[in-house]
Amino acid sequence: MNNKEPHITVHDLTMAYGDFVLMRDLNFTVNRGDVFIVMGGSGCGKSTLMKIMVGLKSPATGKVLYQDTSFWETSPEEQERLMGNFGILYQSGALWSSMTLEENVSLPLEQYTDLNPSQIREVVSLKLSLVGLAGFEEFYPSEISGGMRKRAGLARAMALDPEILFFDEPSAGLDPISARLLDDLILELTASLGATVVVVTHELASIFAIGNNSIFLDVDKRTMTASGDPNKLLAESEDPTVRRFLTRGEEKEQAR
Amino acid sequence: MEEILKQADSGPPLQRIAFDTHDLGRWDSGLITFLIKVFHQFSHRQIDTNREGLPDGVRRLLDLAAAVPEKKDARKEALREPFLVQVGRASMDIARQTGALVTFLGESTIAFGKLFVGKAKFRRSDLWLTIQQCGVDALPIVTLISFLVGMILAFVGAVQLAMFGAQIFIANLVGIAMAREMAAIMTGIIMAGRTGAAFAAQIGTMQVNEEVDALITMGVSPMEFLVLPRMLALIVMMPLLCLYANLVGILGGFVVGTGMFDISFTQYMEQTRLALNLTHFGLGIFKSAVFGVLVAIAGCLRGMECGRSASAVGDAATSAVVTSIVLIVVVDGILAVITNIIGI
Ligand SMILES: Nc1ncnc2c1ncn2[C@@H]1O[C@H](COP(=O)(O)OP(=O)(O)OP(=O)(O)O)[C@@H](O)[C@H]1O
Ligand SMILES: [Mg+2]
Repeated sequence: MNNKEPHITVHDLTMAYGDFVLMRDLNFTVNRGDVFIVMGGSGCGKSTLMKIMVGLKSPATGKVLYQDTSFWETSPEEQERLMGNFGILYQSGALWSSMTLEENVSLPLEQYTDLNPSQIREVVSLKLSLVGLAGFEEFYPSEISGGMRKRAGLARAMALDPEILFFDEPSAGLDPISARLLDDLILELTASLGATVVVVTHELASIFAIGNNSIFLDVDKRTMTASGDPNKLLAESEDPTVRRFLTRGEEKEQAR
Repeated sequence: MEEILKQADSGPPLQRIAFDTHDLGRWDSGLITFLIKVFHQFSHRQIDTNREGLPDGVRRLLDLAAAVPEKKDARKEALREPFLVQVGRASMDIARQTGALVTFLGESTIAFGKLFVGKAKFRRSDLWLTIQQCGVDALPIVTLISFLVGMILAFVGAVQLAMFGAQIFIANLVGIAMAREMAAIMTGIIMAGRTGAAFAAQIGTMQVNEEVDALITMGVSPMEFLVLPRMLALIVMMPLLCLYANLVGILGGFVVGTGMFDISFTQYMEQTRLALNLTHFGLGIFKSAVFGVLVAIAGCLRGMECGRSASAVGDAATSAVVTSIVLIVVVDGILAVITNIIGI
């Protein structure tokens, strides 16, 4: 990919809950069309970073820039416009429990497009079949399994063909085959729509398969300790924590 | 544990301890936690511990427990604060909560404004469902409570009035008390317990599941989508429930009056009709609409403030009920003073 145009830039970001600082000095750039992986141990603040990037939680200090617009300093209207370009899959799926899957996926379409109801229904069934949930339109979230909820959340995130997709642990709770299909789907999305994808994941196989850029958040140092193509990181990184993460802890023994 | 330490301290200074586990059968986590305490104490006293004697499994678990060092700032310190600090904190808390309430009121007013210009975004089916839940579904309990309140008022009043031979005035007592106060208050409190708690739990669960976050990032205002239909439903249904409670309460008084105190059917009805006028009813119904707003606000506010765990949902429901009842009583007091001053 030669046309490396910065799409999201995170600048000197510090995130905190009250006085409890989770991470400081985060600096990275996500280029247009990238599949950007956020790695890090459980509880290090990956979901929080995502919340800050999508505008749900304000950063303690620092900026999140979309192209040249600083999300947290711009007008509410502009923020809303930016949010319209996001597709977000939450860690818990976050389907609206009082609505059927069809209604879940169609709400963003009703909100942001002028499609008529029958067109909306067509788009919805297309999106649901993309994630293998065709025929489940009339089901409520409580009536499907956890992995299916994740996939339905994915369908909702893709409903508007957004420019930027945020996935929080998309493959958690999926069987290996569905997880693989999901990876293919993500690659397909970036290739066909030119979407930029930010993925929080622990799945080493998908990290190496789909990621072309990444950062690693270190719980103990409270900052990012590595960034770059995950395959390169595996080959070249010197940081023992990063190495341990990328090799499932197997290099721990050699280090001793 | 204490015994071991006592023995260790009483004898000559120890150099090291070892373990003999030949007779050890089954063991569980209790042993591990015990050993961790032992090691901790002895390393404090600079006494060596020799783990050779322990079974393999135990040693591996001990290693595992020690491998991940406890994060120092992860554990929350339970601070014991001086009394004055606690008082200060509590008052700041009250100020903050009042602020939140006022902000919420403002935001819901804006949402209502949008409703009137037809721009509010919510699902009509949600509104109908909520109307059903806080209307028809509440009828049995409202019937029961109002009937009982009517009967109790009649009975307590009649015993006193009968001393003057004035038991016919039971009808006045029950009619006016129900119409002006009791119907509105009782439906308010029933709805606080039934619907306010339900609102808080519903919205709180949506917070826990990140559903509210999903709404916000979808550009849908939770104020319009979640709060508005609930508020509307209560504002519409509370006056109706209150009216219904009036009738049932008067019926309760009627049963006691005619059944126990020899008042005839027509006498009681005529007396009630004479005692009541539209102002009484209007006042009660106005109050009930206000209480409806209060219950909806308390329920939705607590739901929106809910933390991210199941127990937080329970707390939200509890505090929604407490908040609504407090608000109802306070506002009822204020309204009583106002109506007294303007003389209705
Ligand atoms: N609402 C909150 N209030 C206070 N602290 C919070 C809150 N939410 C999360 N935290 C803290 O922030 C830290 C990071 O949480 P976060 O959910 O971002 O982790 P994560 O990296 O996504 O972990 P996982 O991989 O397990 O999903 C946790 O240690 C948690 O204690
Ligand atoms: Mg997470």
